[in-house]
Amino acid sequence: MKVWHYGDDINTDLLFPGKYTYTCATPDEIRPHLLEDLDATFAQGVQPGDVLVVGRNFGCGSSREQPVVGLKAVGVAAIVAKSFARIFYRAAINQGLLLIECPAAVDAYRAGSTLSIDAAGGTITVDGRAYSFPKLPPEIMAIGEAGGLLEYTRKKLRAQRAG
Amino acid sequence: MSQTFAQKVLARAAGQPQVAVGQIVTVRPAHLLMHDNTAAIVGKLDKDLAEFGLVRRDLPIIVLDHVIPASDEKTATGHAKVRAFVEKHGVQNFFDVGEGICHQVVIEKGFARPGTIIVGSDSHTCSYGAVGVFATGIDRTEAAALLLTGETWLKVPPTIRITLRGRLSPPVSAKDLILRIIGDIGADGADYAAVEFHGDVRHLTIAERFTIANMGVEMGAKITVFPVDEVATEYLFAAGVPRDRYEAVWADPQAPYARELTYDLAALEPVVAAPHTVDNVLPVGRVAGKRIHQALLGTCTNGRLSDLHAAAAILRGRKVSAKVRLLVLPASRDVYTAASRDGTLAALTEAGAVILPPGCGPCLGAHQGILAPGEVCLSTSNRNFKGRMGCKEGEIYLASPATVAASALRGEITDPRTVG
Repeated sequence: MKVWHYGDDINTDLLFPGKYTYTCATPDEIRPHLLEDLDATFAQGVQPGDVLVVGRNFGCGSSREQPVVGLKAVGVAAIVAKSFARIFYRAAINQGLLLIECPAAVDAYRAGSTLSIDAAGGTITVDGRAYSFPKLPPEIMAIGEAGGLLEYTRKKLRAQRAG
Repeated sequence: MSQTFAQKVLARAAGQPQVAVGQIVTVRPAHLLMHDNTAAIVGKLDKDLAEFGLVRRDLPIIVLDHVIPASDEKTATGHAKVRAFVEKHGVQNFFDVGEGICHQVVIEKGFARPGTIIVGSDSHTCSYGAVGVFATGIDRTEAAALLLTGETWLKVPPTIRITLRGRLSPPVSAKDLILRIIGDIGADGADYAAVEFHGDVRHLTIAERFTIANMGVEMGAKITVFPVDEVATEYLFAAGVPRDRYEAVWADPQAPYARELTYDLAALEPVVAAPHTVDNVLPVGRVAGKRIHQALLGTCTNGRLSDLHAAAAILRGRKVSAKVRLLVLPASRDVYTAASRDGTLAALTEAGAVILPPGCGPCLGAHQGILAPGEVCLSTSNRNFKGRMGCKEGEIYLASPATVAASALRGEITDPRTVG
């Protein structure tokens, strides 16, 4: 597992440039441009299970969902941030991408630190020290557990119809 | 107990007497705004629409504006998919290429009714707070789900209260005010929060309130909202929304605020947001003399008639620097037509401007004015992120229409107070 470490106010133009927004929609089209203007090595180097450790206000800017769809598709296990911008946060819930708001863990992280995440237990461990993070309310967790918002919605509508 | 605007709107929408900050409520928005990204949304939903149907034909407002007219076969195909969806499902509110930028269209055509909730798959949906709407951006998958269910969840936000005192002294403008605020509180200064504007808002036109509300998301705000006063009521009436069509909501006098700020409008000066973050705000004098290659006037932030007038007042009878490309993006067909009729467009083109179609143009870097490496654009738009205008080695500075016009004349960033 590799940790990709970035700073504050990483906006969605850096995560996926606006010039591609109306020509790239599928994960395969998105992937080569992920983080293109932030880190040219990312799209080639990212592996399933990798984690992003980032600063404040991650995902600010445009509501485009390609960054979330792309990061989920390449198998990013989680993004650990000091804070997230709200539309990005919702988009991640809707795609089932794990976001962890834990400023203390981000502060503790240094290049080369060891890091592990226990999503169910709500803890993240950096260099042997555990930090807890707040879990989402159950009604919001249910969206990710259903496989994302569209799957969640389909199940709900079918249940309503059957009920 | 006293409640904020956000609490009162969300309580009413959720059918509860009151709601607490942090509580999650289920709401059924009055409208769902979508644009060119509708193509990707409906692509996901073909089977679902066949199975469940579109929940309400009057829920979506679809405006083609982001890449218009289509720049290539792919974007043209996207537009064609949107038109086919509109036709097949009888979508009532559709605005094709040339009607304007989605946010301007929503307000101008009377969809923004005070006290309602509008969500949109565009981050600048917060603009409708200019007329007392709880309006906020969502991602397009959520828009897709809304087409099927008509409902979503919202977390009740804490609220920041900003009190305005006095009046702006031109050429200092609403753009300078909102940039100053964002510079002060930072790009995440209002993350997850509602921002209410209080005080002497009666001196601000709806166009000015629009500029301010539009940029709320640049400080992370969930909504940015103004009270519905006489100015708003008159504007809405002219837009076909008489007072009996809405029930305006405003915060209680003793509502609880997470933070309170006050601004003396007369004390403000022209500012710019320097690359590459919107909160990198400096007095224009600090960067005066910086050579510019492109000047962009318009967009959803500053593309209304009064913005074009502010620029034309400076440019009329003069010539833009031969070293600068001045591009103008009127916010809608109505703005374009009015500016054409009153001679504003002629004044701008005679000064050397190129008038673009009423859409998003180069603002998001897709077409119509991409920067080359090393070039600098001074823009009235709302984002100066690296790569935003299509080139990561380009630089974008944000400013008011007056500052952009004055700078286009001189070919360098210029304090509009120094141009007589």
